[in-house]
Amino acid sequence: MAKKIRVLLAKPGLDGHDRGIKVVAAAFRDAGMEVIYTGLRQTPPMIVEAAIQEDVDAIGISILSGAHMTLFPAILEEMKKRGAGDILLFGGGIIPEDDKIALEKMGVARIFTPGAPTEEAIDFLQKAVARKSSDEKIM
Amino acid sequence: MTVLDRFYEGDIRALSKVISYVENQQDRYRELLGRLFRQGGHSLRVGLTGPPGAGKSTLVNCLARAFLKQNKKVGVIAVDPTSPFTGGALLGDRVRMNDFPSDGRFYFRSMATRGALGGLAATTDNITVVYDSFGFDVTLIETVGVGQIELDIINTCDVVVVILVPESGDSVQTMKAGLMEIADIFCVNKADREGSDRLIMELRQTLDTRKKIENAWRVPVISTVGIQNKNIDRLIMKLEEFVAFQKESGKFEKHRKTQLKKKIENILQEKISGIILDKMKEFADFDKIITDMYEGKTDPYTLAGELFDRVSR
Repeated sequence: MAKKIRVLLAKPGLDGHDRGIKVVAAAFRDAGMEVIYTGLRQTPPMIVEAAIQEDVDAIGISILSGAHMTLFPAILEEMKKRGAGDILLFGGGIIPEDDKIALEKMGVARIFTPGAPTEEAIDFLQKAVARKSSDEKIM
Repeated sequence: MTVLDRFYEGDIRALSKVISYVENQQDRYRELLGRLFRQGGHSLRVGLTGPPGAGKSTLVNCLARAFLKQNKKVGVIAVDPTSPFTGGALLGDRVRMNDFPSDGRFYFRSMATRGALGGLAATTDNITVVYDSFGFDVTLIETVGVGQIELDIINTCDVVVVILVPESGDSVQTMKAGLMEIADIFCVNKADREGSDRLIMELRQTLDTRKKIENAWRVPVISTVGIQNKNIDRLIMKLEEFVAFQKESGKFEKHRKTQLKKKIENILQEKISGIILDKMKEFADFDKIITDMYEGKTDPYTLAGELFDRVSR
């Protein structure tokens, strides 16, 4: 069986605007991916724990609250701590250009800003996951 | 160090990788399962099934917490449907699973059905083998929202809880074959809503009309309100009573043996159909055969026999 792309979508912090992330979830699902949606008010440790348990290829984060410069680094840090640095982290939200550049430098694979078509995110994810490879031996 | 080595050390990431390997049926998954199977056999597998929106995830959440309180290690497998059109899935059972300890005592994995129609994924049963060998005391298995005949859960669990809600139907519904027959415990959830007393009564009446078998387990009907964590202790008590009853009566072992027989039949079927489908790819005249059938020159019934003879030669 061809490997399915598994992606975790989460909203960290207190921001309750989940319309956008639901649109993205539906688009990913319709593109044939397995989308694990965890809902609102997730902390960075909860997000990373869920990503590890679900063995996802990528974590997608939606932040519309302005707390992106706090939350993205916290998630990256947690990923490193848990040995999950190989999972792709991407996100979207109302994020100024300068912050976007800073976050992508920090290790966020991609930031999507308002107006980005869902096809762009799908294409990004498919290509980025295809580039990932693991030489881990199972047994 | 291999993934399996780390799995044996209790590494959660390794557990997740092993599950993916088995779920994706990668090259040596049967060999891997074979190794894991021999170290298992201790985990109690509890199945929760019922119509969409009955509160399965919420009750899984309640049960997981209750078992954790008993100092048990709990693993959950939650299945949601794969789209027959796009192959994608939205796995949303995690939404109700916040604030669990992340110290390895609790593990939750979402699975998509990937084409299977019996309420579970084809590989769910294999994942229970992985959980068992990793050392979970209890494995909770949540099916997709089911109708009346998605009953795979009976082949994968030691105990089946059928969850209904007051809106689940009248007395004739409770008499129907299928879902209503597989419960070891009935749980009427959202029991604070109107109609729950009526449903409980109708379920009890239906159970009373069943043929009496001596020394059989009397299927209890209990009411819960999952979101208020109400009556969960009673559900746990009935689960424990059932398991004790099964073990004392020898039915626990008998049931597991029946499941194993079924499992080996499934593996054999899978292997044989794999061989046949592979061989069929070598038939250069296959397109022509289909056209002949379409034009009525031959028929699928005769042809299947002929093709089978060609394959088995």
